[in-house]
Order: sequence, then C-alpha cells, then structure tokens
Amino acid sequence: MLAPRALVLRAPGTNCDHETAHAFERAGGLARRIHVRALAERPALLDDFQILCIPGGFSYGDDIASGRILAVELKTRLGDALRRFRDGGGLVLGICNGFQVLLQTGLLLADPVTHEPQAALAHNTSGRFVDRWVRLACAPSPCVFLKGLGDLELPVAHGEGRFVLRDPAQLAALRAAGQLPITYAPDDAGVSTNPNGAVGDVAGACDPTGRVFGMMPHPERFLDATQHPAWPGRLDPAAPGAGFSIFVNAVKATA
Amino acid sequence: MLWEVDVSLRDPAGDHAGRDVAAGAVELGVAACTRARTAAGWLIEGSVSREDVERLAATLLADPVTESFVADAAGAGRLVEPLDGLPTVVHVLPKVGVTDPAGLSAQAAAAALGHCVTIRSLRKYWLPPLPAADVDRLADRLLANDAIQDVVAGPLTITPLAGGRTWAYAQQAVPLTGLDDATLEALSRDRCLALSVGELHAVRDHFAGLGREPFEIELETIAQTWSEHCCHKTLTSAVDHAGPAGSVRYGNLLKETVFAATRSIREALGPQDWCVSVFRDNSGVVRFDGDHDICVKVETHNHPSAIEPYGGAATGLGGVIRDVLGTGLGARPIANLDVFCVAPPDTPAAAVPPGTIPPRRLLAGVAAGVRDYGNRMGIPTIAGAVAFHPGYIGNPLVFCGTVGIMPRGHADAAAEPGDLVVVAGGRTGRDGIHGATFSSIELTSVSETESGGAVQIGHAINEKMLVDFVLEASRQRLFHAITDCGAGGLSSAVGEMGAALGATVDLDKVPLKYEGLSATEVWISEAQERMVLSVAPGDWPALAKIAAAEGVEATAIGTFTGSGRIVLRWRGAVAGDLDCHFLHEGRPRQRLVSRHEPAARGPLAWGADAALPRALLDVLALPDVASKERIIRQYDHEVQGCSVLKPLLGPGAGPADGTVIRGVLGRSRGIVLGVGLRHHLGRLDPYQMAAGGIVEAIANAVAAGADPDRIALLDNFCWGDTRRPDSLGTLVEACRACHDLAVAFAAPFVSGKDSLNNVFSYVDDAGVDREISIPPTLLVTALGQLDDVRRAISPDLKAAGNRLAIVGETRAGLAGSQLALTGRVSGGDVPTVDIASCRGSIRAVAAACRAGLVQACHDLSDGGLLAAVAEMSIAGRLGARIDLAAVPAAAEAAAHDLAVAFSESPGRFLCEVRPEHVADFARGLDGIPWAWIGGVTASLELEIRSDSGAVDRIGVADLARAWRREEA
Repeated sequence: MLAPRALVLRAPGTNCDHETAHAFERAGGLARRIHVRALAERPALLDDFQILCIPGGFSYGDDIASGRILAVELKTRLGDALRRFRDGGGLVLGICNGFQVLLQTGLLLADPVTHEPQAALAHNTSGRFVDRWVRLACAPSPCVFLKGLGDLELPVAHGEGRFVLRDPAQLAALRAAGQLPITYAPDDAGVSTNPNGAVGDVAGACDPTGRVFGMMPHPERFLDATQHPAWPGRLDPAAPGAGFSIFVNAVKATA
Repeated sequence: MLWEVDVSLRDPAGDHAGRDVAAGAVELGVAACTRARTAAGWLIEGSVSREDVERLAATLLADPVTESFVADAAGAGRLVEPLDGLPTVVHVLPKVGVTDPAGLSAQAAAAALGHCVTIRSLRKYWLPPLPAADVDRLADRLLANDAIQDVVAGPLTITPLAGGRTWAYAQQAVPLTGLDDATLEALSRDRCLALSVGELHAVRDHFAGLGREPFEIELETIAQTWSEHCCHKTLTSAVDHAGPAGSVRYGNLLKETVFAATRSIREALGPQDWCVSVFRDNSGVVRFDGDHDICVKVETHNHPSAIEPYGGAATGLGGVIRDVLGTGLGARPIANLDVFCVAPPDTPAAAVPPGTIPPRRLLAGVAAGVRDYGNRMGIPTIAGAVAFHPGYIGNPLVFCGTVGIMPRGHADAAAEPGDLVVVAGGRTGRDGIHGATFSSIELTSVSETESGGAVQIGHAINEKMLVDFVLEASRQRLFHAITDCGAGGLSSAVGEMGAALGATVDLDKVPLKYEGLSATEVWISEAQERMVLSVAPGDWPALAKIAAAEGVEATAIGTFTGSGRIVLRWRGAVAGDLDCHFLHEGRPRQRLVSRHEPAARGPLAWGADAALPRALLDVLALPDVASKERIIRQYDHEVQGCSVLKPLLGPGAGPADGTVIRGVLGRSRGIVLGVGLRHHLGRLDPYQMAAGGIVEAIANAVAAGADPDRIALLDNFCWGDTRRPDSLGTLVEACRACHDLAVAFAAPFVSGKDSLNNVFSYVDDAGVDREISIPPTLLVTALGQLDDVRRAISPDLKAAGNRLAIVGETRAGLAGSQLALTGRVSGGDVPTVDIASCRGSIRAVAAACRAGLVQACHDLSDGGLLAAVAEMSIAGRLGARIDLAAVPAAAEAAAHDLAVAFSESPGRFLCEVRPEHVADFARGLDGIPWAWIGGVTASLELEIRSDSGAVDRIGVADLARAWRREEA
C-alpha cells in the first residue's frame, strides 16, 4: 500500500515547513513542501495528496495581521480547489499560523450562509509573543487528528493566538458539537496554562466532520521526549513526544 | 488620490498598545494621560475609488471579527474625530526613505488583488486633552523615535507619498593635493570617512602617482574598505606593549595572540584537526559529523542600536544571519544568540545623559528587535545574556550571533573570472549610508539626530525569502561564491569577493527602492537583506528561475573580470577605477604604543551585614543574576524542531548553562552553545576579565554535556577609546588572555569581531565636557558538540536523596563579584583563573557527565555557589542542604562564610549524583579539589549550614520570587 501523501504548503515567511514535513514522514507518510505560487499555478497538484497542512510561521511577514495575506491569496486563487479537496475527503491541518489562515479563509468555523469567518485569533492578552509549554485537554469529538488523545503537553509560540468568537453565545453550541476539541488546561498546581486569554480556553477547532482542524500549539515540536523542557532525568529520551500521535492519526486516517 | 484607512479594535479592552501608552505616559509624569487608544493606519495612493479602498480595507487591512475601520480621503475630518471620547490625535509615520515593512507587505498584497497603489503604514494614537508641551513630550519620549519617524499631531496634511528626486550623473573629483593636515582631517570628518591623516596621505600619493585626484566614489570605497569596522585596523596593528608580564613588541597584535593560538592548536591536532575555515570567511567553520560542517559568527551592532534600539538590534541579527548564509557556498542558519549590555534599568532619569535612550526603554527596544526579526526568520534564539553596568549608558552593546550548518565540502568557495556579479534580495535605497564608517566613530549627544541616515530598518520577510532562495541555489550548486551586503554595502561585498580578480560593475543596473540615488550612494548603501553571488554565465538562467519561484529579485550587475581592478560604471561611463592591490594592501600600517599597569586595589573589607539568607535574596535579585524569562519567552527558541536543552529548564523553568540543539532533524549529534562575559572585571583586570569569560563559556558548554575536546571559541572585543595607550593596553592584556586560555584548553578561536571607540561624549547641565566609556568587555562564545543529545545534562535538581558535590577550589577574589555589588564587601583581588586547576575540574566534570554519573550540573559564575544551588532548586522544584564548611576553599576564603557562599572563582561546578554513583563519581575526581557538600531534599527549602554550625533555611518559593523580582 502506498504511504499517504501530505502537502506541506509554504509561503514566503513560512518557517515550520521542514519539521512539519519531517513529522509526517516519521509518522509513515510521504511529505512534500510546496510553495503556494506553484500550487496556485497548478491547483491540480492537490489531487496527488490526501493531507494538506498549512504549517507555522509568519506568512508574508504577518505584517498586516497574522495569516492575513496568505488567507486572502488562498481565497482568491485557490478557493475552489481547497473546497473540492475538503469535500473530497482530504484532511486539512493548520498549525499556529496555519490555524490563523484557516479561520480567515472561511474553511473552518465560517458562517454557513455568508461564509464569513465567525472566529478569529486576536493578539494575546499580554500584548506579547510568547514561547512556553502548555497543558492541553482533549474532549470527545469527531476530530480525526486527536483520536485517542487525552491530556497532553505541547509548546506554543505566538503573538496572536487568543481565540475569539464574533458571537460569544456560539461557544456552547460549538463545544456541544465537538468542534472545540482541544483546550488549555490547568497545571499541577491548578493554575491555568492558557497562554493568550483565549475564550473558553480554546486551543484548537475543527469542522463538523473532524477532518479540517486548526490548533495554536505546535505538535511538530514534540515528536521526541528530548524536546520537553524538563526531560533530562524525568522522561525516557528515546520515547516519542505527545505531538507525534497527531501526525500518526492523520496518516492512519488516510491510509 | 491619497486615502487613509484607520483600523482599530472593536473591543477597547483588547487595545494593549493603548494601555502601554497610558502606563508609559504616567511614568513620564504626564499624569492626565490615563487612557489611550491606538489604530493601525494606512495611507493609500493611486488611482483607486472610495469603493476600492473600502474593499481593500475590508478584505486585507481589517479583521471582520475583531476590528472596524474608517476609510476616507487623507485629511478628512472624520479621520481625526475623537475615539472613545479621546480628542487628541497623534500620527507617527516612518520618515521618507525609512523602510516600512508593513506598508511594503500591504502594497504587495494589494497588487496581487489587482490594485497598483503605494501604501505607507502609520500608527495613530488618541489621547485625552493635553497641553501641547505634554503631547510633544509623549511623542518624543514614548510614541516615536525621531531618528526614523515623523510625528504629526492633529489633522494629517500630507503631500504625495512617492517623494523621490532625480540625480544627474556627474563625476566628482575630490582634490587632496596641497591640502594641509588640518584640512584633510576636516575633510575626513565632514564626509564621514573616518580616515586618518596618514591614510589620506597614502590615498593622495597613490592618485598623485596616477596623475589625477580621486573621485568621490573611489574615496568612499577606500574609506569603507579601510574602516575599523571592515578591517580591524587597531587589532591588526603593530603594538609596543608594556604590561605586568613585561614588554612585548607585536608586529600584528591579533595575528600573534588570538590567531597564533588557533594555529598552534591546529598544528598540535595534526590529522585530527577539526577546524575547517577560520578567520577567513564570513563565519568560522568546523567539522560536525560525517556529512556536515557547522559555522558560527557573532557580530556587534552597538552604534545603530544606541540610536534606534529596535531597528539596530533587528538589523544586527539580520546581518549576522547573512554572514552565515554567506559562508562558503551558503550555510543554513539553525540557531541565534543575543547578548545585551546596558545600564541598570533603575538608572535615575538625572543620570541619563542628553541624547541617550533610557536603559529600560532601550532594553525593551533591542529585545523586541531581536524578537520580531529572529522569530520571523524561523531561527530559534537559544542562548544569550543580559549584563548591566553604568558604563553602558551611552554605548549599549548588542551582540547577535548565528550558527549555521552546511554539507561537507561547501566551506570553500571563490569567484571565478567571467562570473557574473549578481545582487539578490532587497532593493537598494538611501538607508544606512555610512554605517561602516559611523560605527568606527565615537557617539556624541547629537549623534541621535545627525546620524539617522546610518540607521537601517529590517524587513525580515525579505531575508527569509532570500534564505530560501540561496539554500535552494546552493543545493543545485548554481554559484561559485556568495557574500552578504553588510557594512559598506556593495563596495565591501564586491570588493571582498573580487579582491583577487577585480570586477566591473554597472551601478545603474542595481534595482532601487526609489529614484534619485547617486552612483556613490548605490555603491555604499547598506540597505538590508541583500546578498552578492558569483555566478557562471551558464548557471544564470537556472538561478534566475529559482529566484522567480521564491519571489526574490536577482539582478546581474557586472562581471568578475580577472583584471585586478574594480571598475564602476554608470550607463557605460567609467565612474571610478581602483586598483585592488592598493585597495586591500595600500593602507599604511600603524605602530601603536600601549601600556597596562594593574589597577590599585584596596584591602578586602567586609561590611557588617553577614546574614546569609538576605545576602542570597539580594544577589538573586541583582539585574545580572535575576531571571531573564520576560525576554526569553518573547523569543521562539523551539522553531526548526531541534531543541534539546532550552534556555529555561526543568519544571520550575530555571536558567540553563549551555543550550543544546540537534544539528540535523532526526539525528542525535548535538550542538552546544555557551557564553562567557565577566564585564564587571573589565576595569579591574582585563586579563582576568577575558580569562574568566573564556572559562565561563567553556564551563557552560561542558555543564550541558559538551565534549571538551571539541569546543570552538569566538571573541567579541568591545572597548573604549583605544587610541589611548592605557586603553589599548587593556585590549592587549585581553588578547594575551585569549591566547593563553585557548592554548591551555585546546579550544581554538575560529571567528571574531571587534567594536572599538565605545565612548560617549556630551556636555552636562553645568556646561562641562563629559565622557563615558564602556568597561573593557570581551564576550566569549563557545560552540560545543555532543555525540548524543540524549546524554545532555540540565541544571535542575532531579530527585530527593541525591548528593551534591562541588568541583573546583573556592578562592577569595571577590572584587567585581555580585556580592560586592550588594555592598557587603569591597576591595581585595578579582576572581582569578588558575589554568591548571580549571582545566582539571572541567575535564573531570566532562568525564563524569559522559559516563552518566551526573544527574544535574551547573557551573558556578555570577553569585557563586549559593546562587547556583538556588537556581537548581528553583528549576527542579526541590530543596537542598548545603554545608559551607565542607567546601574546599583556600584559607583566605574559608575565613568568611559569605566568601565561600558567593565567591566567583572560575572553573567550578555543582553536580547532583545518585547514591549508587557516588563511588564511581569520586574515583574520577582523584587529584581535583572537590567535596560532597550536601544533598537534594523534598522539603522545598534551602538549608545552609555555616562554618559556625548555624543553620539558615529559606523557602524555594522565596528564592524564586527574589530571582523573578516579584514582590513577596
């Protein structure tokens, strides 16, 4: 059987593409890093892939707002191709900047009628970029990427990660539908690890099918125990990290 | 038509920038400014309708969920209406000619949407009603930096955006013949050439031999090439030195100290030599594994950062990243480090001289610059330091470093005759003119306004695209050589690459940001994010194709000829013609005189306060020691997925010694970075300052698990006015230390950089001329290697019941120590390096780490033993028991508990060892001064037994609060 193929989309300023492609390959997939220009010129390239991943970084410098320019480019140049890919059962994963892009393209949590974004990732409450590790809790959901995952730790690294909804009343409905499947959890001392002030501690969101998923934390940065900030003397350095399961799940779901 | 779009947050509570402005205003004494709102503003010029502008705003500039916008013709009354009841409107715009990254990005995105417009970004502030003087004060001190920004209070009346002017080519000779020395000196100063009279004589005589006067562009080229910044003329001078170790006559100071050490180490290694390319290319290259070499470079960007901290630090980092990218056939940047030396943040306003930026604002600015540039580049910032001293008030030091990796065989690269000169990346503008010569001149209180042209603003996305392009072109071997456009711009880049061959360059082909640059400006502009490549004509089409695919502009502007001349042309006419040999070898060498006499020191004197707990809490809260978490967490230190030991470690996030990354994703061989900086010793004993820094850097790396036989060093000398014999003398002493220590540890220096004349002069309130010099400062960076990252060791305590050993002898030198900074002790000797003893302890600890006998390891530096154990407890969230009487100490140290507790004797470690490893650990330390001094406890307190038998207890939570400078 052929290994599932993952297209890791890169744009000027994308900077987590190498390690994200590496993660898919470690998980048994076959990954290709492809520039958005090349894809825009030949959208049919998507037909060769089962997984589309928009990795982390600062696409186009994030100079206007995180993910804004790439989202506008995807909407205007690749909107149909992306919808076809999704509707054809392809898996879509957005990590950090990729999550910011997914929300703004309307591929995730858009209003079903107007197709306008209903959620955004605003500046962290602290007003600053933050790199730290967080505790996460996974709720039962249709999300194929989080299948079998419970509590886990992952790093975050972003300045704009505060999940907000246009209509705060939607939170309960989205949660009930399993579309907010991963949240920031308290640490051992009971202190919240929510790094950005996200409403409802939301760290990630998926569409109703669970096949389009975006998250702020970086699973590709925890493939090995040695990536944990307290691993020496505490974790088996040869053990996999918690982020690895997310890529294994993606590969399994498309195999 | 000129339009303005203002984008603001719908929810005022989310306006952090506004909150920061209000807080900053109150701090500046503008108490009435209790609230502020902000908006991102955009000026859009072009033939677009109101509907077009509104559509651009809705799709591109404003977030539909969180933001709202106002779009109107610039100057319209609607745009200056009060927001949330705040009536005072202030606009802050980048000055014309200053890079505007957000505007450029928006402009490119608008073009992709089919709107050919010019876009400039601005920041907009709404403040309460305030007297005009207060608005000016806020604009000047808080909202804008007049080196790069303009402020408009009230309605924005603005002329069209695209300024630009035209420039008609004219060849301009600069007559030197017949000028007396005073006139020559004035000419050098007025033209910002930084050439000495002797050097101008050499230039005059060279051109007299050709029967003509130099053209302006030729004189500028010589000035750039001969600048201190580009050729280290002081460090490579002949020096007659008289010092405590006797008189020495150096033919070339650097060559006979630092370089000589490296040469002798390499010779001793023979076939095992693991240096690949040292002191030759843009960074130093050493062997890594069977497939790869790694390289490293650390640069300073002090003068630009003093004037514009954010832009100065960002472009400093951008420059050193390009150094690595421009090494050999191009290396992939995989880690950054940054070190800042600034005045204490609590420096009273009255002690901040005119024309300088207060240290707190400066530190925030440089950290933000590194953050925004490094994070956008996707290079983890994994190591660094922040050091404080009042001498840095006028001349802060900003060090930026980058580590790169390249396939073996890529280290050697050279242009070939007939190759095209290709410039790639950003366009050339008037930014950064005279950066190289400016950095070689001392700062004055008017520099901030006069030298703004030498300040560059970075555009990280351009550099990221440039990296992607170069690495792909390198993979396909489509160029013969590459270098970055740094100080001196094209003149230095093409001059260096073509030093042997010569080149012809058509300056009119260089792509410009805007019209109107003169040929000379094009040639010496230090516009950022540019590289020069040497490309065989046959490879040019393939290279151009990659550039297009990555969205990078690449232009062939000339040819490396083999003529031995640099010929500059403008639309075919020869604008300048320089002999390469004269350019690179014609600089008259100087013979300098230096002397050093050890500073007189008072006797060791103890204060009355001998209580250990208070002393420890005070030391932990000193700015050098205290947590840097607030800065560290703003840096992405995990991108690229290779991080192993991060800057903050353990469940309690304590400070790391060395930091570790994998060299290659998925492989186990590691790279270790350590830094050493003993700046408080600089004025007391420059030799020991340098020696202690080298030991600290090596100890950092070894404590993390580095192999002591594979440590490469970098030097960064930052000094005051080395034209003075006594100041030059301290530099010579530091060079001597570099030689001695490198040889002793078989740790070769592989690269370095210096920044001299860090003196700030001003006139004080009483009309008196004042000068502030930095303390002599050597930053040492250690690049170590580790066979298997799974054996890396962190300093956080691991488990109750383990034992603690101190390795290395404790001596009494406390001058320049953190304890001395608390006022509890004065006088006495500085901490001195005993080379044999340091080598013994470092090698023994490395062997124990390698054998798996060490659970946690921390080298003792700032704050000595007790600061180290406190940091290990904080990091591991565990308690510890320490018996000071058990510490092996020289007699004069053993006499005082505070000396044992806080001595900064170099080359010592604290190791945590499991009970079952105790015997094996002890066996390996035969002949080394060491002792068991306590153990790890589950009690969450630090228990310190003094020589007298008295026991003090301090909670780990209290230690953490002091170290994080949180109020109890």
